Amino acid sequence: MARITFIQHDGTEYAVEAEPGMTVMEAAVKNSVPGIAAECGGACACATCHVYVDEAWREATGTPEQMEEDMLDFAFDIRPESRLSCQIKVTEALDGLVVRVPEKQT
Amino acid sequence: MNDTAINDTVIKTDAVIIGAGPVGLFAVFELGLVDIKAHVIDILDRPGGQCTELYPEKPIYDIPGLAVVTGQELTDKLMDQIKPFGAEFHFNQRVENVERLEGGFRVTTDAGTVIEAKVLVIAAGGGSFTPKRPPLPGIEDYEGKSVFYSVRKMETFRDHDVLIVGGGDSALDWTLNLEPVAKSLTLLHRRAEFRAAPASVQKMLALVESGNISFKLGQVTALHGEGGQLTSVTVKGTDGATFEQPTEIMMPFFGLTMKLGPVADWGLELKDNLLPVDTEKFETSERGIFAIGDINTYPGKLKLILSGFHEAALMAQQAHKYVYPDKKLIFQYTTSSTNLQKKLGVK
Repeated sequence: MARITFIQHDGTEYAVEAEPGMTVMEAAVKNSVPGIAAECGGACACATCHVYVDEAWREATGTPEQMEEDMLDFAFDIRPESRLSCQIKVTEALDGLVVRVPEKQT
Repeated sequence: MNDTAINDTVIKTDAVIIGAGPVGLFAVFELGLVDIKAHVIDILDRPGGQCTELYPEKPIYDIPGLAVVTGQELTDKLMDQIKPFGAEFHFNQRVENVERLEGGFRVTTDAGTVIEAKVLVIAAGGGSFTPKRPPLPGIEDYEGKSVFYSVRKMETFRDHDVLIVGGGDSALDWTLNLEPVAKSLTLLHRRAEFRAAPASVQKMLALVESGNISFKLGQVTALHGEGGQLTSVTVKGTDGATFEQPTEIMMPFFGLTMKLGPVADWGLELKDNLLPVDTEKFETSERGIFAIGDINTYPGKLKLILSGFHEAALMAQQAHKYVYPDKKLIFQYTTSSTNLQKKLGVK
């Protein structure tokens, strides 16, 4: 299992246990973490599961592929640490991952 | 529009289906089997709804009999399956208004199409696809005056400074189309790569090269203006520094999202933005108006395409009573009924 912490825009923290193999978005939705809309259900087609990966975890989570980078065009306030959480697969190596949820997903 | 104009163009039919997603398409089939002719209206420019808009290439694994099928393939198969029933499609239109008539309804779209039908089937899924609104403070005040998500009339943009934001086909297409009309045109995008068709990107770059338009990198963070009239926007550049971009008009293109839309204003009972229905006829709080697929709710509801197919079949049984009040419907199988096979064009 991997522990993932979602920090809301207002500072509230939600820590959830995620099973390796699921996506960070699925871990959020399964545990009713607010702010992850995931309108398309994980098809990388809506950009409403946008998160900012904590600096310390950027290398471990990797970089977006072309499709995700294209879809990030539909999100707002994109930063270098922006990712779509449906495209980050949970692994044991991500135990302790910290991501921030933007103020609005649109 | 005056009454005469409306009367000239009114389409009369049996059923109007709102939404051309998989469930709306299958409703054409089920209604067709019981001799109900349908017109289908959808805000998108092609059939398939979420299947083709959100995940055309993604596999779906829970359609009975099809171990795996993509959103586009399922749509194509459904279009093929409903061909014998000759439904008429009205794309790029949103139903704005529904009026109760003696023995039916009059439906009016934002494109001015008027259809009178005996039954109305709402298969609108998650609602109508509408442009995403950037979460910029106060943007509502500018919408329709100096912030636009689509082009209704090119003249609106003539001799104005126009800022287009985005990097997809809509952003690029409108950059190319509005360039000759606008006083000045600036395209703003967060990166130097574009999702849009390479040919459009080439044309855009040529216009930048010739000095006809300008291209800037960055993201809009604030709007400035008064009384709905934009004067400038604040842009955060890729280096993190901000600059002011003067403009009279902004067109943000950030994709589409689903909004319930005008359905909420038709006087139907709503529960959490869904239409409650009974599980025998899938009829809403209004007699003759049905809701099937993701837009309805009932105890045990699952938002699955297959549930919508089932709902379409039962809805059609009740719709038959309204369209043919004097006829008794005898249940038949497509496998063995000569009558149904004739309708399907296989006999």
